[in-house]
Amino acid sequence: MTGYIFRRILQAIPVFLGTTFLIYFMVFAMPGDPIVALFGDKTPNPAVVAQLRAQYHLDQPFFVQYLIYLGGIFRGDFGLSFSGEPVTSILARTFPVTARLAILALLFETFFGILVGLISGLRKGKLFDASSLAVSLILISLPIFVIAFVGQYVFGVWLGWARTTVGSGAPLQDLVLPALVLASVSFAQIVRLTRASVIETSGLDFVRTAYSKGLSSRRVIPVHILRNSLIPVVTYLATDFGVLLVGATITEGIFNVPGVGNTLYQAIIRGEGPTVVSFVTVMVLIYLVVNILVDLFYGLLDPRIRYVK
Amino acid sequence: MKINRLGITAIVLAAVGALTLSGCAGGGAGTPAASSDASAIITTNGSEPQNPLIPTNTNETGGGKIIDAIFAGLVYYDAKGAPVNDVADSIKSDDNTTYTIKIKSGLKFTNDEPVTSSSFVDAWQYGALLSNAQLSSYFFEDIEGFSYDEDSPLTGLKVVDDTTFTVTLTSALSDFPLRLGYSAFSPLPASAFTDMAAFGENPVGNGPYMLGSGTAWKHNEKISLVVNPAYDGGRKPANGGLTIIFYANQGAAYSDLLANNLDVLDALPDSAYGTYEKDLGDRAVNQPAAIFQSFTIPARLAHFDGEEGKLRRAALSMAINRDEITKIIFSGTRTPASDFTSPVIDGWTDKLKGADVLKFDATKAKKLWAEADAISPWTGTFQIAYNADGGHQGWVDATMNSIKNTLGIDAVGAPYPTFKEARTLITNRTIETAFRTGWQADYPGLFNFLGPIYATNAGSNDGDYSNPKFDALLKKGSSETDLDSANKDFQAAQEILLQDLPAIPLWYSNVTGGYGTSVQNVNFGWNSVPIYNEITKG
Repeated sequence: MTGYIFRRILQAIPVFLGTTFLIYFMVFAMPGDPIVALFGDKTPNPAVVAQLRAQYHLDQPFFVQYLIYLGGIFRGDFGLSFSGEPVTSILARTFPVTARLAILALLFETFFGILVGLISGLRKGKLFDASSLAVSLILISLPIFVIAFVGQYVFGVWLGWARTTVGSGAPLQDLVLPALVLASVSFAQIVRLTRASVIETSGLDFVRTAYSKGLSSRRVIPVHILRNSLIPVVTYLATDFGVLLVGATITEGIFNVPGVGNTLYQAIIRGEGPTVVSFVTVMVLIYLVVNILVDLFYGLLDPRIRYVK
Repeated sequence: MKINRLGITAIVLAAVGALTLSGCAGGGAGTPAASSDASAIITTNGSEPQNPLIPTNTNETGGGKIIDAIFAGLVYYDAKGAPVNDVADSIKSDDNTTYTIKIKSGLKFTNDEPVTSSSFVDAWQYGALLSNAQLSSYFFEDIEGFSYDEDSPLTGLKVVDDTTFTVTLTSALSDFPLRLGYSAFSPLPASAFTDMAAFGENPVGNGPYMLGSGTAWKHNEKISLVVNPAYDGGRKPANGGLTIIFYANQGAAYSDLLANNLDVLDALPDSAYGTYEKDLGDRAVNQPAAIFQSFTIPARLAHFDGEEGKLRRAALSMAINRDEITKIIFSGTRTPASDFTSPVIDGWTDKLKGADVLKFDATKAKKLWAEADAISPWTGTFQIAYNADGGHQGWVDATMNSIKNTLGIDAVGAPYPTFKEARTLITNRTIETAFRTGWQADYPGLFNFLGPIYATNAGSNDGDYSNPKFDALLKKGSSETDLDSANKDFQAAQEILLQDLPAIPLWYSNVTGGYGTSVQNVNFGWNSVPIYNEITKG
């Protein structure tokens, strides 16, 4: 087990180097000079531009720029944004906000998704099943920004139940509405996955055996059916958590959440190399860690796929 | 296992109901104000400053709004754009070249340092020095000693005593006193120079507001400003403070305004153009701003030089139906242009000789285009380059259709994905089409719309236009001693532009916005920024 984890972590090192290099190269290759854009519609004097380019090492060849950046990372220095703020403090500020949003959304979609999916699966073909399928179809087919705008208008402006945007410090109660919006699409997916899996498991021999042993459905449903139906759902949740953590740009934009997606989007538009590369690097690391955790979690759900040396 | 079936069905149904409802309800009315509260905090929209908060290094509206609130310069502009003395006691000159500036005594920065003539002189020296690479350094280029080639002190600045200093310019500039209200000319306390990076994060000013205690500037979230009790100029706040909330997206800010989470909004999302007047009623704002929009046709493009070029430019200009485009594409949030400046600027007129060329006239346009074809037949496609990340596609397409339908030539927009890509190609002159150009005034003067853009070799002369007669009139205007005769010269200079059309004027952007039910006395200044200090809330 420890050996397995160690191997997985070692594998992460080349992935880390490869991604930083690729992302750095892509930002470098993006057309246009970010320094010129700093001046808006006004044309800057070339001498001032040259000074600024030197300040951000933009006058160096690509490899030198990359090595300067990489060297900084190993000293814990991720560079500066154009507003002079260290990228590390931008990271420290935005990731907790997005993490809170992601965890909240994940809780909503897991709880409601599995619950509705389980009931649907157990009552296949009944009214509840039919209506939950219809709802999930609507949610899957609506683009997220439609859900976000309608949610913001109805609950924020019209009913006044929630704040329209997330306030300073991103308190939990402000994040409920964006989290529900974020959770909505995944909720629909989880309902469908759980339902299909529950229907399949319910028909298996061991469930019949359990019932014939005289066990109540209070025990059979959670322990025998649900637990064995959860593997595809867990896989989905894990990837989804990764997606949520690296920022939901559209939803964060609509609700003005000061999180990762919003910040990264603006950094890309401005061409702030250090910010973009650092954010993406951290995102890659999160993905790697989440994936390792999921693989380990499988073993807990189903002892048959436990990792041995 | 018993589950409340009704409960879950109810949740599901509520969700469906909510998500399928289209937003069609009217804006809710808030509770009307009883009386205003002098300690109330006004909330408004803004954006995260793109640069440290140093007056000479702030050239965008996000940071500019904050700098204007926390610094008091020699003069400030009233709602109409007229300069009013703030720190200055008097600004005098006999020849428009050497100015003697006296400042009020006894003024202090919020860290108790006195505001003296050195506070100005040192700040300007810092802003102008090449190696400091300040984004607004070009504001000092007319002061003696300025250089883009090497670090050189502004020899034209001389401190006489604590409250007097003199400024010597390289040539006469009648509108120099008018420029002094721009934030780049703000004073800095001596403590700023010991660590400018720290200062930019936590600036100390002398303006109507100052940063609140603790971490007032929460990056990407908001900045909290409180009233500076020591400020005693003409912009004394009628409220208790100003919180600027940073929005990455205007839609979110507009929703906050509708839900009464935001008091004042000075930018509408495009999606609200159709509904904001209904949503906000008399709290909606739509007035011309000091922003001029055009597209520039460089003379180096084939068919756009000499006599043929003049004919084609006039034909293109007359082929654009500005009234229809501003009405349909912009829902009346733009005003068709009748000159090269803006209606909010003193000296603007729609009576310039030759301004007919900005009126839609299909017959005349066709005739002029045919005359140009007689000189050299037109080939190819007419294109306007624009940045696709700025919401320009709608009007570019409409303009091109207007040209295409009138002149019967191929005309299409040429989008570039990002602003920086488009600007880079324009700056290094590799662009081979016409391109979108816009100008937002730094200070309320006609010269600011003309000198930096169309004077020979001027900084922002992206089309490389040059006409000695135009240059001479600008120079004449700059050396006039009274504003009216200066404006006459600048108007005459514009009449030359109307013949040459280095850029085709399109329209003036309006400032659009609105305010909530709990605030009063909301007026927008000449520079499209709400006059925050006058706003009351209660």
